[in-house]
Amino acid sequence: MSAPAATSGRRPGQSLVGYVLGELKPKGKILTPFNVISAPIILAGIAFIVVRFAKGLGAVTNLSQEFPGGAYVVTIAVYVFGVRKFHPIARATVLSGFLAYAFYTGALVLDVGRPWNIVNPIIGNKFGANSVLFLVAWHFMLYLIAEFVEFSPAVAEWLGLKKARKLAGALTLGAVILGFTLSFLHQSGLGALFLLAKGKIHPLWYSEFIPIQFLVSSVFAGMSMVIIEGSISRRAFKHRIDASHAASHEEILFGIAKIAVGAMFAYLGMQGIILIHGGHAADLSTGWGAWWLLEVVGFVAVPMLVFAVGIRRRSVPALLTASVLTGIGILLNRLNVSVIAFKWYEPHHYVPAIGEYVVTAAVICAEIWVFRWIVLRMPVMGRDASEVRG
Amino acid sequence: MDRRGFLKLAALAPLAISASGAEASQKKSGRDLAAVEFVGMLIDTTLCIGCQACEVACAEENGLPYPDVSELKPGERKATPTLYTPVSLFETSKGRVYAKKACMHCNQPACVSACLCNALEKTIYGPVVWHDDRCMGCRYCMIACPFDVPKFEFDKTNPKIAKCTFCPERLKKGRPPACAEACPQGAVAFGSRRQLLDEAQRRIAASPSRYEHVVYGDHDAGGTGVMFLSAAPVSELGYRIDLGNRPFPEYTKEFLYAVPIVDIVLPVLLFGFNRALARDKDGGER
Repeated sequence: MSAPAATSGRRPGQSLVGYVLGELKPKGKILTPFNVISAPIILAGIAFIVVRFAKGLGAVTNLSQEFPGGAYVVTIAVYVFGVRKFHPIARATVLSGFLAYAFYTGALVLDVGRPWNIVNPIIGNKFGANSVLFLVAWHFMLYLIAEFVEFSPAVAEWLGLKKARKLAGALTLGAVILGFTLSFLHQSGLGALFLLAKGKIHPLWYSEFIPIQFLVSSVFAGMSMVIIEGSISRRAFKHRIDASHAASHEEILFGIAKIAVGAMFAYLGMQGIILIHGGHAADLSTGWGAWWLLEVVGFVAVPMLVFAVGIRRRSVPALLTASVLTGIGILLNRLNVSVIAFKWYEPHHYVPAIGEYVVTAAVICAEIWVFRWIVLRMPVMGRDASEVRG
Repeated sequence: MDRRGFLKLAALAPLAISASGAEASQKKSGRDLAAVEFVGMLIDTTLCIGCQACEVACAEENGLPYPDVSELKPGERKATPTLYTPVSLFETSKGRVYAKKACMHCNQPACVSACLCNALEKTIYGPVVWHDDRCMGCRYCMIACPFDVPKFEFDKTNPKIAKCTFCPERLKKGRPPACAEACPQGAVAFGSRRQLLDEAQRRIAASPSRYEHVVYGDHDAGGTGVMFLSAAPVSELGYRIDLGNRPFPEYTKEFLYAVPIVDIVLPVLLFGFNRALARDKDGGER
């Protein structure tokens, strides 16, 4: 198998420190359209963050939406159930998942009012073990570590560390299984956080099944992210993708889309049962009902059909359209639960400040910069070298 | 029981809670604990004249800025980080009603079950208190509280969660909370929760035409330390009557119980699947 484009990996005998320092330099053109747009956003975001620490929390963040990552579904398919078809994208999804969580953690530090106490639930005797948020925090942190372990073979290959690579490879299966379990619980935990907000969330969005709703929707949200991220990466990092990956790319997308359709079908069934069972069907005739239908029909049922048609007709653009719609739908759902339908009875509604948008955009741009930096240096795209080197 | 009787009650109740403060009582044996009762307050809105003496006393006790005591206009005043117990004037179906609101000091508080660093604590003698050195400012307590009590200092670099404290320093000295002591009308009664409930029922029985025949906080959200008597339905005083009688922490109980089970069972299952599906002796991907 041809090694992915030549530069990756430290040659034997090359100094480790010198190699890493050399790799720190930017590669490729600097004045790309993406850089021209993202650099000012990041600078503006930094400015807002400085203000936040100097003047109090007031203006800055509401990053309560999560970034749904598809890594846990893909890795479990590849490493536990042996779905080798997805193997070429495993590292890229793990990396984007890891970075999303790492940057999300950073954003949370900004969102928390007293970040110097943020370690309290992790160390010492401040274990609020009866809190859902406590469990979410722990599962989140451990998941971040598991994702890093899953990605560490790529780092070891990049640095040409043979023994470390072997060790990292041996840890992979354990990390994937733990990562899936942790992800399972923290995705549902994010929903369980809202169980305590009973009476504050519009009944169309509140039920005792909200943890399961969040879990199932995180699956198809994650699959959509994998499709979107994979399609962009394929164009942006063309020269980093090996031939076998390029050939199987479409096959992978259709497989991922099938998982999404299954999860969406289950989700819609669940939504229907919860709606009827909860006795809230009458609410559908209200304005909030129309909004709910827009979310559930317009951004779950419709993209599900687009996915299905796309799979049938083998149309990649259809999958992309469906993925974007699904992504909007999941954002809408999380915003509905946490912001829009939250305290729907109050006359004045919470509207995110401009600073929140800028900081959010800056965090995402910074994340893409780091993603690009890593992809251009480490063996991420394509079948990982483990299959060659063992 | 008349007002003097209530003052006596107020003097007695703290004896039950502690001779040596909350810290010592935390270490009491189970048998001693059985003798500890939650303290509470009974707010009789039919007695309140809206003088706001409680607001002033609260501000003095807690080092808050002097409250705005200009004449009350109809409409609910909300608590702020520097106003723990606002008095509001409500136009109700039974005429004008003044009511003082603050933390309800729930029997099983949602905020305490929400806090991931034990910054909010339900003390064994009843009051729900906040610990400065533990809180990370995540504000989940504000989402959880069914009464929207905790407030956050958004404009501070070292923000605090602010709410009624039930005056723990005064309780340790055997004195009632500042607001209860300051009320010239006896509208804020202090005592053990059990005695206050009895007193509330007695008042309703003694003057059935004076009150709605419910004690708000008796069972709402699992029961609260601060309870209300009112001539008008409390929903007209901006209180929610749809909270149900289930203590809020129970809404997350099933999920929390499921977590360790999933954490143990799922990895074992997945590992089993992996072994079962392994195509070579090495167990698939490495």
